[in-house]
Amino acid sequence: MSEKIATRVAYGKTLAELGEQYPNLVVLDADLSGSTQSQFFAKAFPERFYNMGIAEANMTGVAAGLATCGKQAFTNTFAMFATGRAYEQVRNSVAYPRLNVKIVGSHGGLSVGEDGATHQCIEDYALMRTIPNMMVVSPCDGPEMRLAVKALLDYDGPAYLRLGRLAVDSITDEIPGYTFQLGKGSLLRDGTDVTVIATGMMVQMAYAAAQTLAEEGISVRVIDMHTIKPLDGEIVLKAALETRCIVTSEEHTILNGLGSAVAEFVSEHCPVPVVRHGVNDEFGRSGAAKAVLEAYGLTPQGIIEKVRQALKLKK
Amino acid sequence: MEQSKLHALAVTAAHARVLAMDMVHDAASGHIGGSLSAMEIVTLLYNGVMRVNPAAPRDPDRDRFVLSKGHCTPALYPILALKGYFPVENLKLFRSIKGDLSGHAEMNCVKGVDMSTGSLGQGISAAVGMALAGKADKKDYRVYTLLGDGEIEEGQVWEAAMSAAKYHLDNLCAIVDVNGLQIDGATADVMPSEPLDKKFEAFNWNVIHVDGHDFNALEEAFAAAAACKDKPTVLLAKTIKGKGVSFMEGDYGWHGKAPNDEQYEKAHAELVAALAELEGK
Repeated sequence: MSEKIATRVAYGKTLAELGEQYPNLVVLDADLSGSTQSQFFAKAFPERFYNMGIAEANMTGVAAGLATCGKQAFTNTFAMFATGRAYEQVRNSVAYPRLNVKIVGSHGGLSVGEDGATHQCIEDYALMRTIPNMMVVSPCDGPEMRLAVKALLDYDGPAYLRLGRLAVDSITDEIPGYTFQLGKGSLLRDGTDVTVIATGMMVQMAYAAAQTLAEEGISVRVIDMHTIKPLDGEIVLKAALETRCIVTSEEHTILNGLGSAVAEFVSEHCPVPVVRHGVNDEFGRSGAAKAVLEAYGLTPQGIIEKVRQALKLKK
Repeated sequence: MEQSKLHALAVTAAHARVLAMDMVHDAASGHIGGSLSAMEIVTLLYNGVMRVNPAAPRDPDRDRFVLSKGHCTPALYPILALKGYFPVENLKLFRSIKGDLSGHAEMNCVKGVDMSTGSLGQGISAAVGMALAGKADKKDYRVYTLLGDGEIEEGQVWEAAMSAAKYHLDNLCAIVDVNGLQIDGATADVMPSEPLDKKFEAFNWNVIHVDGHDFNALEEAFAAAAACKDKPTVLLAKTIKGKGVSFMEGDYGWHGKAPNDEQYEKAHAELVAALAELEGK
């Protein structure tokens, strides 16, 4: 494993680095720039940075207005407020008119830790995925985040990008043949017995789980599904056909996120067991990030248990 | 204002009222009350105040209009049609699955519409974004947005108001159509919002009271708004909901209801008579 960096930091630095190259880029924040890491852009391009105060609904609408005038706007706040508080502004002012606004939600998932349930957004994929025209992207590590930011800058349309708070191991830069393309899952490890499709920081855990299971002689394919919508049906279908069972893993409620998207696709195209790993329809709680993740089973061990369940269902 | 210009504006507004009533009757749905109250405001914006060209509806240098009270398309669409953005004939398919004229304002299907709106409180934020872009790009276009006095109960309006003042958006002019009524009754009963002038002043806006049916007064108010530097302006336009139709005026029941055939005949006759009188027929 190489560099350990939070995806939010990789995001913030990349945005600032690319600011020069994208003169129409404008960045908005709702009084959290030190946390969302839009601070790097703010410092480099103060004339293109707007601090909109603690008013996420307005920030989202202002971004839409800027986009109608040819700007590409990135809004920044916590995932909870970006997709929850301002849900309807995202739907009606951004996605419906199909404006070039990127909704960036930092501190996604339970790994927010100590702040507790009110700030642990585990519904963002679900909320954003149900809106027509929306793309939903959730990179797993710093190197992938850098590629995602660049790709989103080149994508003309509405999208949601989730960032994580915790520093995470970088793995994608060490996978031979790894490439990043919006809407295309990345195969990180081939396998024949079962496929684990993961997103965000669960990708690293899925990779670790696959290594552990290999020692038992179980061959696990690992797919990094950084783009949850549009879902890469091709790679999912191939996994269903070749490994005949699938586990999904996400730092998100198991309702209507990656697991649901995969299950919907598989049930319609190639029904095989799909076992969802994530948060079981309950709120998070305060605690150190690692402790919270463990309490909710968001660990490599948690994935291994789901893999065993899937293998049983397959038989 | 010259008499000939005043007369032309009055004719346009009267004609648009006839078209609005036809649209809502044909569609058997739509928001007639607040459209009739805003008709002079929208008429003047597109015929004398705003720098727009129907042949170049996406000209980056044009003035913008955001119908924040997005349900009042029966005011906006007829004015756009009469201005030449699309054929008047298209109004017949208002709210129809066969046409493109959606119930609430839609920017991708309806030529001349600058922002999709409908969910109250959101349009003014988009207008702030447009005004910010104008400042950033050092363009001299102006941005206008029309809100309802019920709409301003939405918290987002005040978030937007704060941000417009922060960025000194003197290229932004909001108009509140103060007709005093909303769906469930009088705004004073549903959710008292007065004093609106003191509220906007406290948010660091330039506030102008104006009779929303008086073209001369409106023209002066828009000129004063354009002359005001460093802060956004709001026109508090006093209007009558349902203006122009005797039995609709001041009755909140006509907020979002279409007239039946009998009511339509009566309303249509009144509006056509008003137009004919202006045209000297």
